Amino acid sequence: MNTELIGVIATFAITVLLAIPLGKYIAKVFNNEKTILDFIAPVERFIFRICGIDTSKEMNWKQHLMALLTINMLWFVYAFVLLYTQGSLFLNPDGNPSMTSDLTFNTAISFLVNCNLQDYSGETGATYLTQLFVFNFLMFVSAATGIAALVVVFNAMRDKVTDKLGNFFVIFTKTITRILLPLSIVIAVLLVFNGTPASFHGKDSIITMQGDTVQVSRGPAAGMIAIKHLGTNGGGWFGANSAHPLENPNYFTNMLEMVVQVLIPIAMIFALGFYIKRKKFSYVIFGVMTIGMLTLLIPTMMAEMNGNPAITAMGIDQHSGATEGKEVRFGAAASGYWSIVTTIISTGSVNSMHDSSMPLSGNMQLLGMMVNSFYGGCGVGILNYYIFIIIAVFISGLMVGRTPEFLGRKIEAREMKIATLIALLHPFIILVGTAISSFTLVHYPNADWAVKPSTWLNNPGYHGFSEMLYQYTSCAANNGSGFEGLGDNNVFWNVTTGFVLILGRYLPIIGPLAIAGILAKKKYIPESAGTLRTDTGTFGLMTYAVIMIIAALAFFPALVLGPIAEYFSLYHH
Amino acid sequence: MKTYILTSLKLTAVMIIICSVLYPLLIAGIAKTAPGGGKGETIEVNGKVVGYANIGQKFTADKYFWSRPSAVNYNAAGSGGSNKGPSNPAYLKDVQAKIDTFLVHNPGVNKADIPAELVTASGSGLDPDLSPEGALVQVKRVAKTRNISEEKVKQLVESKIEKPLLGMFGPAKVNVLKLNVALDNIR
Repeated sequence: MNTELIGVIATFAITVLLAIPLGKYIAKVFNNEKTILDFIAPVERFIFRICGIDTSKEMNWKQHLMALLTINMLWFVYAFVLLYTQGSLFLNPDGNPSMTSDLTFNTAISFLVNCNLQDYSGETGATYLTQLFVFNFLMFVSAATGIAALVVVFNAMRDKVTDKLGNFFVIFTKTITRILLPLSIVIAVLLVFNGTPASFHGKDSIITMQGDTVQVSRGPAAGMIAIKHLGTNGGGWFGANSAHPLENPNYFTNMLEMVVQVLIPIAMIFALGFYIKRKKFSYVIFGVMTIGMLTLLIPTMMAEMNGNPAITAMGIDQHSGATEGKEVRFGAAASGYWSIVTTIISTGSVNSMHDSSMPLSGNMQLLGMMVNSFYGGCGVGILNYYIFIIIAVFISGLMVGRTPEFLGRKIEAREMKIATLIALLHPFIILVGTAISSFTLVHYPNADWAVKPSTWLNNPGYHGFSEMLYQYTSCAANNGSGFEGLGDNNVFWNVTTGFVLILGRYLPIIGPLAIAGILAKKKYIPESAGTLRTDTGTFGLMTYAVIMIIAALAFFPALVLGPIAEYFSLYHH
Repeated sequence: MKTYILTSLKLTAVMIIICSVLYPLLIAGIAKTAPGGGKGETIEVNGKVVGYANIGQKFTADKYFWSRPSAVNYNAAGSGGSNKGPSNPAYLKDVQAKIDTFLVHNPGVNKADIPAELVTASGSGLDPDLSPEGALVQVKRVAKTRNISEEKVKQLVESKIEKPLLGMFGPAKVNVLKLNVALDNIR
């Protein structure tokens, strides 16, 4: 078997082998059991004291939400001010300008919600100050927000009737001090020893061997690149993200970045099993999500490794697969693998340009974000999956004629309404957004704007439609990758996607938190022979079917107009 | 709500100090002991910096091994790909033109031996590498332009091939800058 495939298989195997012990560790951290990092405890106590956090004071689900939304709002104001004024602040060796108001709006939200859609380019659009104090900061705290929300839901899944679900600030702080920060340090050190820059020097200027004068952007990048993957954020230091040879210098760092971006999403699944003592339940979830990943991954890798048929027809050598937008040091297999893991979880970093992917791969990348819960982002992946579980429990309960129950609690109308609303919200904001942009493009191509709609697209035909569909999908899924040919740094795109980003982040956190909080207060019914078990393969398949049916019914028409039409025009003409 | 605001403000300040000050400083400190000192590893010829080891540069002269096409013209003040879709007619025309140009500069090369990476742009626009095939297909031209034996140039390329990670993972590759520096040293 060729070394490119072995590299991908090894990457996935290493991920799972590391995720299991990490999941156990995460469960211990939130159960207040002994761990090897207990020496940090005095620091944490100091933080709690100066911030006025009473660790014994537990919150109900509404108080959790209030705390979460309050602190998130503060971060938005903070980020907005810094980005809007960065040009006149310190730590700006390259003399980059401040952001425009619409770009500031979009960028502040995008990093706040763990999306990291970047309508600017790191080399010219941000300063070292905002890279570190806005982006790097929000990468830690937005990932910790997602994980904290999930831990609250974990607390609600325990088999006792309660409305006391832990203290948000405590869970949030420990997520950073016990999980994100220690792991980021290890990853960043590995990166710097492989050539990723981490100094505060500005751009360098050199004369090349052929006598061209070129500049080389640098900066304290390694730390941000570590947390960008660990926290499933995805925002690159450089414009080309992890395709950039300083951001991702070799095959080792490529494996590292692929492993660590999937690490916490998978570890949280195992953490769930250890935490609520239902290991089998978490194995079933892991199984369904893995099958889901393979459904998208296998066709993508085949398409990328077989190369572009239109270029094959020109008679040149395509044995290394489709190469447009890809780096030689990674190859087609690892680029295809990356493009799927980065879209099924919500990282959105790229090591190849998705706009140049084969049509089938683009289709699968889109589907990954449309489902958004095959592993899914830090914390929020399982929250999305939780919604699908509730729906699956309800439907299978109806099918076999039993009262729908989940972990000993009855699922009733109120929970179902919330779950359905959240499940439909995702297609709604994606499709409405795409419809508005398509309408604008077709009917007002020459609108008197700074950037005319007729110049938005970098590619004609079906692929151009895919560029718009991809942008809204990426925002609703809080993913952040893009078909980067789209001209997105203008008022229309910055503002419309800004709103999609907010809706796509907070409602899918509020919904599951509400459902879990309501369920936790309900009477606990011990399992009996009549209980519909949720930790079986049958139920797993049922969930998989629910996910696929919702995704297929909602998105199929749009996919047909974009990547699927392009596929047929390219392969069967 | 009020209690949350005060706590949130304080906790935010603490986290800014930890995540945005202490953490980057720690990594920058450790990076000083890494190759290149965290500033990026450079390559020197006769004491003069000619480039960064990991950043590709433009080679278009016949006496050098060419790099891949770049959407940013190998100026690392920025980075990015062409973002052309696989079915874009204008793009396909452009690829065809690059094949034709390559054939003009490399007479005697069989079209089927041109690896696709030589006529397609990389993701970063700064790709420092070629596949071994991408370098070998240029041996004939380079040898002829420099009046050295093909055998000698071929040996040089083969000595510069970097094997997959641990011999098992990922593709083999050749760093174009390092190859061309070595090429200039052949007399």
